Amino acid sequence: MIEVRDLTKKFGSTLAVDHLSFTVQPGRVTGFLGPNGAGKSTTMRIILGLDHPTSGSATINGNPYADLPAPLRTVGALLEAKSVHSGRSARNHLLFLAQTQGLPSSRVDAMLDLVGLRPVANKRAGTFSLGMSQRLGVAAAMLGDPQILLLDEPVNGLDPEGVLWIRNLMKHLASEGRTVLVSSHLMNEMAVTADHIIVIGRGRLLADAATEDVIARGSGQSVRVRTPDPERLTELITADGGRAVLTANGDNSNGAGQAPALLVTGTPASRVGELAASASVVLHELTPQLASLEDAFLELTADSLEFGHLESASARLQAAPAGLPSEPAQTTDGSIR
Amino acid sequence: MSTTAAPSQFASVQARQTERAGFGHLMLAEWTKIRSVRSTVWSLAIFVVVTLALTWLFCWLTVHALQTGRAPRRTAELVADPVTFILQTGMGLGQLAICVLGALTMTTEYSTGVIRASLLAVPKRLPVLAAKCVVFAALIFVIGEIVSFVSFFIGKAVVHPVVDVSLSQPNVTRAVIGAGLYLTVLSLFALAIGSLIRHSAGAIATVIGLVLVVGGLLNLLDSYDWGRHVHDWFPTVAGSYITRIIPASDQVLSPWQGFAVFCGWTALLLAAGAYLLKRRDA
Repeated sequence: MIEVRDLTKKFGSTLAVDHLSFTVQPGRVTGFLGPNGAGKSTTMRIILGLDHPTSGSATINGNPYADLPAPLRTVGALLEAKSVHSGRSARNHLLFLAQTQGLPSSRVDAMLDLVGLRPVANKRAGTFSLGMSQRLGVAAAMLGDPQILLLDEPVNGLDPEGVLWIRNLMKHLASEGRTVLVSSHLMNEMAVTADHIIVIGRGRLLADAATEDVIARGSGQSVRVRTPDPERLTELITADGGRAVLTANGDNSNGAGQAPALLVTGTPASRVGELAASASVVLHELTPQLASLEDAFLELTADSLEFGHLESASARLQAAPAGLPSEPAQTTDGSIR
Repeated sequence: MSTTAAPSQFASVQARQTERAGFGHLMLAEWTKIRSVRSTVWSLAIFVVVTLALTWLFCWLTVHALQTGRAPRRTAELVADPVTFILQTGMGLGQLAICVLGALTMTTEYSTGVIRASLLAVPKRLPVLAAKCVVFAALIFVIGEIVSFVSFFIGKAVVHPVVDVSLSQPNVTRAVIGAGLYLTVLSLFALAIGSLIRHSAGAIATVIGLVLVVGGLLNLLDSYDWGRHVHDWFPTVAGSYITRIIPASDQVLSPWQGFAVFCGWTALLLAAGAYLLKRRDA
């Protein structure tokens, strides 16, 4: 279990982490979300004892990281910044790490096998592709068979195969009862990986909830529906309490034989399907829109983006109703709006 | 790179069947780091080749000059204190490779980011620096002593026609062993500066600047009484006295005093490096 209590970190006059508190539980993947510069990496570095907090604390199973007797056997970390000498072989990198923990060298070979780097174990790490480097990072993190894992933006820049590999790995490790904290600035990535999500912006906590809840609390899920009979379906949805609008590309004038598309909010995809079936309306497409996840994220972080007010303003314009009442940033925002 | 292995195999008995990690394990890890990069092999190869080749060359040229009656000042140095001449000519340049390697041993941790992996493994931090110092100093001590003795015997053979030197003459063994000790402390001196500056180019330039430039410039102060003290208390100048048989005319410190001063400076810089390692964000 990772506990962060009232953590604050200042770099000169810049406040990177601002009285942040949260707990990461074992047995599930916890996503750590925030825009670039929100303080995710700094928080992780403090948890790992690399940065010193200005105030507050971060503990691993109740102890500061620095007090762990053989830290790599308790905590594994994959940092975003590289931490491998480009002239050293993968095997020697893992070997020196194993030696610091009193782990046998057979453990190094076992890890190389597991991440599929055995054939290139004696090649200089500088020659590795990004995907191979990430595998080496995973091997280093798993070297001591730790119960707690911290992964900082692990899928950044990876190809789809690599992304899938990391995703499945994280889920698997969590299912084994390990604590997995993974940071990302991509909401959609977290939506498919994380069971629980912690959102921060400008170093402050914006949300700490189950993934479904964060999504549900967002601007409301939307569903895209294509049907040759949009008028009838709109009636049905409106009668059911939802809202349907004809989308721009659903306009018949530019639709080359394609059925018009409706954007439905307030009615889940399953209900739209049922309504259509009950009235024998033909559907050509029924797609829950993942874009609303990004919206939920943008909404949460609208005030905390690092880059000026432009994005903040545009996000506010897009922002649909119902902010998160529990979030301070959101409440102040509400009064401005 | 297709991996089908079940990640559950990450868990293993191997990881649990382990002894408690101690300082010995850390030294082993630092040894793995040092031996597994090319800069170590290259720097040490350059040190050995440059030192031995230049020792031979300078001695041979000077003996030749002496026999043909040229370069009276240099030949006078050889005749006056042949052992010092042998130990300080080739090594004077060869030592720069040790300076570079010492600085790099610490700075590459930062430039490559390995420092993060090192500190994640050893979050107390200071044991990393201590183990690195012990392992690196031991390596340089062994190689430094070998090179000192080989240099001495090469020089002895070359200068034999004009002057006779041997280990049995007074203070000669001390000077030859001392040359290896000087190199050992120099390697830690460079490592300490690397731990303070953390950037390869800056650290290397600083070490070489101190050893070659500042040490030489301080010679200009020798007409003042206080200037001789400043000169003698300068780390590498003080340290080099252990390789002299006959003290320089204006030398204030004895060989062992000078060596102690060099050790003191190095310990001071290492302490500062340790303090910053503990304090700074990595």
